[in-house]
Amino acid sequence: MTNSVAEIADNKALLVIGSNTTENHPIIALRMKEAVARGARLIVADPRRIPLTGFASLWLRHKPGTDAVLLNAMMHVILDEGLADRDFIARRTEGFEAFAPSLASFTPEFAEEITAVPAALIREAARVYATAGNAGIYYAMGITQHVMGTYNVQAVANLALLTGNVGRRAAGVNPLRGQNNVQGACDMGCLPNVLPGYQRVDDGKARRRFEKAWGRPLPNKPGLTATEMTAAMLDGRLKGLYIFGENPALSDPNSNHSRKAFANLDFLVVQDIFMTETAQLADVVLPGASFAEKEGTFTSSERRVQRVRQAIEPPGQARSDLWIIDQLWRRLSEDEGYGDPPQAERIFTEVAALWPGIAGMSYRRLEEDGLQWPCPAEDHPGTDYLFKEDFNRPGGRALFSAVPFVSSGELPDRDYPLLLTTGRELFHYHTGTMTRRSAGLNAAAPEAFVELSELDADILGISDGEMVAVSSRRGAIRLKARVGAMVPRGVVFIPFHYREAAANLLTNDAMDPTCKIMEAKVCAVRITKG
Amino acid sequence: MIHLTIDGKNLAVPAANTVLEAARSAGIAIPTLCHDERLAPYGGCRLCLVEIDGMAKPVTSCTTPVREGMVVRTVSERLYRLRRTIVELLLSDHPNDCMTCIGNGDCTLQELAYSYGLRENRFHGARREHHRVDANPFITREQNKCVLCGLCVRVCEEVQGVSAIGFADRGFETKIVPPFGEDLNCEFCGQCVAVCPTGALSARLWAGKPRTGGITSTRTVCTFCGCGCNLTLKCKANEVFRVDSEPTTHNRGWLCVKGRFGYDFINSPERLRTPLIRRSKGGPLEAVDWPEALQHIAARVTRFKAEHGPDAFAGLSSARCTNEENYLFQKLLRAAIGTNNVDHCARY
Repeated sequence: MTNSVAEIADNKALLVIGSNTTENHPIIALRMKEAVARGARLIVADPRRIPLTGFASLWLRHKPGTDAVLLNAMMHVILDEGLADRDFIARRTEGFEAFAPSLASFTPEFAEEITAVPAALIREAARVYATAGNAGIYYAMGITQHVMGTYNVQAVANLALLTGNVGRRAAGVNPLRGQNNVQGACDMGCLPNVLPGYQRVDDGKARRRFEKAWGRPLPNKPGLTATEMTAAMLDGRLKGLYIFGENPALSDPNSNHSRKAFANLDFLVVQDIFMTETAQLADVVLPGASFAEKEGTFTSSERRVQRVRQAIEPPGQARSDLWIIDQLWRRLSEDEGYGDPPQAERIFTEVAALWPGIAGMSYRRLEEDGLQWPCPAEDHPGTDYLFKEDFNRPGGRALFSAVPFVSSGELPDRDYPLLLTTGRELFHYHTGTMTRRSAGLNAAAPEAFVELSELDADILGISDGEMVAVSSRRGAIRLKARVGAMVPRGVVFIPFHYREAAANLLTNDAMDPTCKIMEAKVCAVRITKG
Repeated sequence: MIHLTIDGKNLAVPAANTVLEAARSAGIAIPTLCHDERLAPYGGCRLCLVEIDGMAKPVTSCTTPVREGMVVRTVSERLYRLRRTIVELLLSDHPNDCMTCIGNGDCTLQELAYSYGLRENRFHGARREHHRVDANPFITREQNKCVLCGLCVRVCEEVQGVSAIGFADRGFETKIVPPFGEDLNCEFCGQCVAVCPTGALSARLWAGKPRTGGITSTRTVCTFCGCGCNLTLKCKANEVFRVDSEPTTHNRGWLCVKGRFGYDFINSPERLRTPLIRRSKGGPLEAVDWPEALQHIAARVTRFKAEHGPDAFAGLSSARCTNEENYLFQKLLRAAIGTNNVDHCARY
């Protein structure tokens, strides 16, 4: 997030697109509701009647996969009606002249055809967002998990730049991170192209700093992304894999395909707290620790680094994940470890010395409410919002990027006439490894379901609560139908938490060519009785 | 700034303050039951009564804005008598079962009864008799213990925006129910449980668990989504049995159903307890000790590296785990094994 969560309450307008915030980020949603209570206007763009639509001034019910068209059309209106922030564009951005003509064809009428949102509503949304003063955009995987995911994010950024709604308190671009420490895993360099602190592996200067600190040569060629690893396992380039605290056998789109890939490995190590679907395929299973059993830090969506503290001991022979990785580090590096048991604080200090973004942080300073990066010096208070003066580019200006119309990889046709989109529900988290073992949560949301509209249900002769089969070109599952007003005609929704009816057996593994994300949010399915 | 005097102390406070806020900012304690600084002032319980020069009757400090030159008394014999009687009236219709009450030790009403020394009660008469069946897996209601402070109703409306519950009926018959007493439209965030000042609302998960004594409290961060909410884990005998959150943290003490009630996986009997090795493809997973498991991995990785080069190996790190673990994991892959094939689930 470029802003902080607390700033949301001060937004004058909010655009929530591709985020079911109430269910997936409930506490961030509280701030959104607070903003609405204070008079802010909330624009929700979502194909589903998500709970937040009940608080919205405007609900743009666009077709899944048409986000960039919707955003481009809003920008078309903003330019057309002279609502762009010319001063901000001149002072803080570049590439506007080349970018502006790219919006010409995205008239609200054209967008209405593609997105199914009435042109008048697009105009109204554009005016509300552009004239609010302090407007924030909030998005999640509904924007990113598409073959044009990178374009979608660029369109979001363009909209903020066009109206000068970034680099200020309560005005910014805010991706909401889906997992407790997905921000931290990125920050720490668990990405194939960057070392900790987003320092590129192919940047010689950055790499040499790490080589010096770690005392050994480092590879300079970017590695494989998680989504590319699947193909590499199938064609034999990858022979061994170490998976730690993840369950890709259930969370990967087209997971039949990825299970085949895991089975093709010579050697699979899985470290987890439960015997997950992925661990069942492993050659070695290592028992790790839950969050309550370890010391360390997590970094939240708002870049806040906070202390995680051990409350209890792990069960049986299970060990903290840090102990396990440290043991392997000692054996494979023939280097000394980080103490016995390994000291999380020692590691944090090592990272702080290598990444200027947290150079001013220490466990002592994190003690109370944590700190938000960047925090470059001991006396720096942390950063509540980003890009106050400069953007993170050479020259410090933000770049407009033209976003063309790209269609989803697989759309409904005669054989598979319905569009499937996936997501989470309030009571469960990701593949349900933890929440489905929580008695209360599992009682509140015990089984998988497919949401479909009353119209589609009528046509198919399906009633609420009936068992149906949902199939795509990649797989089929059986689950209960939930007939109602949540989804529009032609669209169905399945949560991906349930191993017994895993939505990701159906989803498409078509990839965004730039960032290699898979298209979990759009694929074609058919539904039959039974 | 507004200047006023409370109990002889000269104070300068922001104009938006109430008398209660001004007093508390100066460390002057005024008892309250229905007040929560995260919610709008309510003035229901009347315990925060104060005397203000020039006003005929005591007024509720939580709903009275400060004025220039105000002279306020928070302590007097009359105020003591009034407050004591209010608590006595509440207790006159309250089950006297603190010994077995889940709220024992964490109950504002109990503390008030204790501080006013209310062993006997002058008020006798009818008592409310609610019989509730709670068909939900999270929240238990004991409505006979409800003091109608309205905190649960207000937090549900003001903070959660759900309005799942409200007041029904009037006077002695007043009770808190879902609209029209029908189905509960509830997100089970448990904000109501967190603000309830008595044992009226509690969590099923805590029933029968330790209330006081030998409990450790550990401040940490939630393991579910990216909101990063602060949690306080209440533990005894190596078991997490309750989760709270402090009102002073950036999430203001508010949690969702997963954060507040979704922790019992920690103590699940299905937790992995020992390393396992599959000695041949298709064979079973067998329990082994740590040295064998670690040595086995180290030997296999070393052999791969020698036979196929470091890029034949890859690692998927964990967005559920700590920064330190993630850092060491990528360091292991890059510096010890020699590959940049490291990623995590940011994309799914």
